[in-house]
Amino acid sequence: MRLMIRRFWKRSDPLDYANRLWMKLFIGTVFILLYAPVILMMIFSFNDSRRNIVWRGFTTKYYEKAWNNDGLIDAFVNSLTIAAFNTVLATLFGAMIGLLLWRFRFPFKSAYDGFMALPIVIPEICMGVAMLAFFSRIGWPSDLPWPLNLSSIMIAHIAFSFPFVAIVVRARMAGFNRELEEAARDLGASQWQTFRDVIFPYMRPGLIAGALLAFTLSLDDFVVTFFTSGPETVTFPVKVYSMVRFSVTPEVNAASTVLVLITLVAATFMLRFQRPQEAGGP
Amino acid sequence: MSMISIRSLTKTFGTVIAVDNACIEIRANEFFAVLGPSGCGKTTLLRMLAGFEIPTHGQILIDNHDVSEMPPNLRPVNMVFQSYAVFPHMTVLDNVRYGLKVTGVAAKEARQRAEETLEMVQLSGFGSRKPEQLSGGQRQRVALARALVKRPKVLLLDEPMSALDAKLREQMQLELARLQEDVGITFVIVTHDQDEALSMADRIAVMNDGKVEQIATPEELYESPASRFVADFIGKVNLLDGHVVGAGTNTVTVDVAHLGQVSIPHQGHASGTVSLAVRPEKIRMDSHKPDSALRMNGRIVDWAYYGDSSHIFVQPEDGPRMSVTIQNETRTTIENADRGDHVWLSWQPGDTLILDR
Repeated sequence: MRLMIRRFWKRSDPLDYANRLWMKLFIGTVFILLYAPVILMMIFSFNDSRRNIVWRGFTTKYYEKAWNNDGLIDAFVNSLTIAAFNTVLATLFGAMIGLLLWRFRFPFKSAYDGFMALPIVIPEICMGVAMLAFFSRIGWPSDLPWPLNLSSIMIAHIAFSFPFVAIVVRARMAGFNRELEEAARDLGASQWQTFRDVIFPYMRPGLIAGALLAFTLSLDDFVVTFFTSGPETVTFPVKVYSMVRFSVTPEVNAASTVLVLITLVAATFMLRFQRPQEAGGP
Repeated sequence: MSMISIRSLTKTFGTVIAVDNACIEIRANEFFAVLGPSGCGKTTLLRMLAGFEIPTHGQILIDNHDVSEMPPNLRPVNMVFQSYAVFPHMTVLDNVRYGLKVTGVAAKEARQRAEETLEMVQLSGFGSRKPEQLSGGQRQRVALARALVKRPKVLLLDEPMSALDAKLREQMQLELARLQEDVGITFVIVTHDQDEALSMADRIAVMNDGKVEQIATPEELYESPASRFVADFIGKVNLLDGHVVGAGTNTVTVDVAHLGQVSIPHQGHASGTVSLAVRPEKIRMDSHKPDSALRMNGRIVDWAYYGDSSHIFVQPEDGPRMSVTIQNETRTTIENADRGDHVWLSWQPGDTLILDR
């Protein structure tokens, strides 16, 4: 008891703020505001009520309903397909640009650097309008068979997500000890062998983080997708939006819960790969 | 016969001349050091030997083959980097056999050679460790083993001791010298630490401002430096300005402001204004007037105590402050001198050098 009192009254240092009561309350509030809506959404996906405002008992029938909703499943498959393509291509392009900006000096590099990062700062709505105008101006075909009819959405997604990958990869490479590369060359490795055996392993955590970013950006994008999708190419967020316009049934909650779980699983999976972090240099 | 032949080698970066017309011959099995202050171009010289920089002018021959523009992976040289550059994501064994693996040495032979080399640097049993589990000294041994396992004709070492503490440094210096004798490979070490160069190298090239000032054995460099820079950079030196008034056979007479006219043994030509140079440990310090032509008196103004020796600064009536090193031969040596004491300094003409100003 004496110990507790002493600890409570102990004068803390200015940077030791995490130990103060008000800070603990603040942190708690932030956590509640962040996660309570998500948890509520998950709980109410099991609500046995069409209007979904008051709790009327436990049921899993809305999961069944969502599973049997062909439009929702189609939208979900579309979203996953687009996200998969986007992850691969945006990671590839982003990594190449990240490496380029890390490694080489060329004329107008800083201008290139700035233009490359534009999609990050341009408001998404402008990006969406621009994409819509662009695809209709060049007459991009919209009646191709699946999955080619998703190509305009994929292109739009790659366009706004690769700079994120480039920035992550470049930031990772900034800590690379160039002597490692020289050591590999000195030991007889060709440039390709050096890239494969020394540079790529160092870059991998950045690639994984970038890929994860590209995947989630694509999966939950609404604005840009809304402008580039047609009636045949509805993605999950666009579909949920159209469902909500009629009524917020537990079906929407159920579908969203599944999406949250998929994202969580993907994130944990990739973080596990990222864990063996190694330090460069001496 | 020369293992490495550096011929009129020049490297410029824009308007900066990093290495200026360097000519060095390095013999097979030699432990050769390149010594100089930071920014003198010694690292650039080493990087040209390794192949990371292409010379602007001149040639590098290794074992009679022109390698001036050969990429680093094809050269018969290997390097120990300043940061050791041990691959962080590989185990110690994988690090050591990497250079064999990428050049197509069979897996079984590569493993055997790697293990033998690890034994040679006293790291057997560490093969499965990751670099982050090693100390700085152990990491350096990995870097050393990784280079030696390739059986290069030349091993390059870039400031290899700079990240080690003093005790470990001394131990590694001895070990490196022993290793060089065992493997019989030409070692070229770049360093700014004169003790390191003097204690390990067979011959030393002193560089300053891109130019090679002198190439000589450690003894020659210390006792017969060719220039004021070398005398000043290697060890400590007292310099007294004077001008030549006459020359006999093997002697030169110099008029020095605080000493008068003195005759110094000297080979070769000397004229005009020169500097007399004398090392601090060659000077005797007495309380009574010594019987020597080269003498001056002054007051002790300061000293630095190093345990085994003491460095004493003496200010003559006029002229530059002199530094004197005395050995603390008895436990009371240092107590016999005090600040403000009047003392006499003297040294032998044979210990005096004449250097151009």
